[in-house]
Amino acid sequence: MKLSGYATKINTLRTTAIVGIKDESPTVKTYTLQDDLCSKAKPGQFLMLWIPGIDEIPLSILNGGNGQVQFSVKAVGDATRHLHDMQIGDLLGVRGPFGNSFTETRGRVLLVGGGTGTAPLLFLAKRLAAKIDRLSFVVGAKTRKELVFLEELDAMCTDESAIATTEDGSYGLHCLATEPLESLLDKQKFNMIYACGPERMVRKIFDIAEKRKLPMEASLERLMRCGIGLCGSCMIGKYRVCKDGPVFKMAQLSEIKNELGISKLGFDGSRIDI
Amino acid sequence: MSNSLLTVNIAGMNLGSPTALASGILGYTAESLRLVAEGGAGAVVTKSVGVAPRPGYPNPTVVQADSGLINAVGLPNPGIDFYVEELTYAKSLLPVPLIVSVFGYTAEEYALVSKKAVEAGADAVELNVSCPHVKYTGSEIGQNPKLLTDVVCKVKAAVQKPVIVKLSPNVTDITELAKAAENAGADALTVINTVRAVAINVETQRAVLSNIRGGLSGPAIKPIALRCVYDVFEAVKLPIFGCGGITDWRDAVEFFLAGASAVQVGTAVGSEDPTVFQAINRGVASYLKRKAYGSVNEIVGLCHQD
Ligand SMILES: Cc1cc2nc3c(=O)[nH]c(=O)nc-3n(C[C@H](O)[C@H](O)[C@H](O)COP(=O)(O)OP(=O)(O)OC[C@H]3O[C@@H](n4cnc5c(N)ncnc54)[C@H](O)[C@@H]3O)c2cc1C
Ligand SMILES: Cc1cc2nc3c(=O)[nH]c(=O)nc-3n(C[C@H](O)[C@H](O)[C@H](O)COP(=O)(O)O)c2cc1C
Ligand code: FES
Repeated sequence: MKLSGYATKINTLRTTAIVGIKDESPTVKTYTLQDDLCSKAKPGQFLMLWIPGIDEIPLSILNGGNGQVQFSVKAVGDATRHLHDMQIGDLLGVRGPFGNSFTETRGRVLLVGGGTGTAPLLFLAKRLAAKIDRLSFVVGAKTRKELVFLEELDAMCTDESAIATTEDGSYGLHCLATEPLESLLDKQKFNMIYACGPERMVRKIFDIAEKRKLPMEASLERLMRCGIGLCGSCMIGKYRVCKDGPVFKMAQLSEIKNELGISKLGFDGSRIDI
Repeated sequence: MSNSLLTVNIAGMNLGSPTALASGILGYTAESLRLVAEGGAGAVVTKSVGVAPRPGYPNPTVVQADSGLINAVGLPNPGIDFYVEELTYAKSLLPVPLIVSVFGYTAEEYALVSKKAVEAGADAVELNVSCPHVKYTGSEIGQNPKLLTDVVCKVKAAVQKPVIVKLSPNVTDITELAKAAENAGADALTVINTVRAVAINVETQRAVLSNIRGGLSGPAIKPIALRCVYDVFEAVKLPIFGCGGITDWRDAVEFFLAGASAVQVGTAVGSEDPTVFQAINRGVASYLKRKAYGSVNEIVGLCHQD
């Protein structure tokens, strides 16, 4: 086979039955599928999930191992609502894993997650836990109901528990996830900040990290169709989020400053505000 | 790559290398086009653009087949009035010719979009009369010599830049359409667009693409594309961009020998990365040296000699 740059096997659609569904919150569910290739994914990678007859959507991988893969889905529209209505045993299609992954660092790391953007960070935290000195987590959501993985996150953190924030004050600190950052960074030295979540949050974290000259990696989202770097739907600056990303390093984030948290391509290829 | 071995002139455009980017691969944004030019492409063709914005079809829009991809993206595009800004920017960034792919539902629409594209800086337009999966445009025009003639005539009347016609393989006799395009005044042809195809999933017993029918690209269609180029070369005098399944230098050379003056690469940009153009160019150059040719032009159509 000549198509050598990516393994065509990874891009071949596999159909597989749902083997597990867990309610994380009233709006978020975690699904478990049997899939060898995705079970070997690294933190930061994503898969394309085919909901037969409805849509195909990108989802970050929450965990993988023993031939199984997990992802968490927030019901926001047609495809994700259909998925929320599905039962164990129902068939889904999956291809991937796609994209790059977070680089694993040593020392002290700070993870900042917003909403379901926390999923790939939790995956990363599990992989890092044994290797690093200190792990701190800040998670934010609009409201208590959307704060996910809290218990698991608490268990991952080294000294204190994870810092939770809600925009409506229904749990934890009454603020955005970015707010506790400055004082946290004043108090302690971190070797790396990892971020994933709403892009305006990521942008704020980027601005803080840039000002303080701290290394950072962020996982970004863009409209995805092919997932393999071909169709151009997911461009941000000169990068294809599906292939050059979804994880971007500080220097790359600087290069895409004029789009980060500001604008993206819509379904028709026009530029829309974030 | 400024290498006289690889320089070609096609429809009055000078290309530093004979490998161009095919339409619909990356190609929405100026920066994605620059990425490809930096990867060694001698020219770039944009995503097809029409009069009005189109969101395209819902996913799945691209599915892996045994030896290629099937896509029914559905011509998503922001409409020419929005796109002119991106084109102007692209023109300022690009070190290679900018070819704008155009589609329409009527000959007048093709002409209008072409005119605006040229005003925004296009070095040529490529008429997509061969998209296999959108109704009332694309191959519905490219399968009908009368409609095709009308479209090409109206576009020629509207613009001063070269007009390239991209032909569909989904016809009984591709030479008939090639001749119609030539007689109507086209300056070059791109041969071929994707081959109409369907992907079926056995477990769910469904067609996978949301549009059901799509277009097959990649290595699977190379022999078909080669046959089309071979036939068209014998039927008309127009220069040809060979396109379909080109992944490495050997594929490209096969197209030159069949009669293509230059080639376009699509699917391999995803499978190999945007630097695929450099890799192909290097391979073609060393083939030419090994065979003691001074220019890629010398091997165009060579296998038609006897
Ligand atoms: C790399 C990546 C990882 C993601 N990981 C997760 C995750 O772990 N959990 C989760 O709940 N969500 C995740 N998302 C977002 C998820 O893909 C969208 O919520 C989903 O596609 C919405 O589909 P819908 O039909 O329910 O909603 P719609 O009403 O169709 O869309 C709602 C919004 O979702 C986004 N969206 C829709 N289709 C796509 C698409 N094909 N590609 C990208 N964005 C789209 C758009 O911003 C749109 O405005 C991720 C997105 C990306 C790009
Ligand atoms: C995802 C995708 C989108 C495409 N979009 C267009 C398009 O908008 N206009 C067009 O003329 N051709 C389009 N094509 C066809 C390609 O330009 C090319 O003719 C075809 O893919 C064969 O070449 P390849 O095998 O090198 O990909 C598209 C192909 C793919 C794979
Ligand atoms: S989704 Fe097609 S290039 Fe990224």
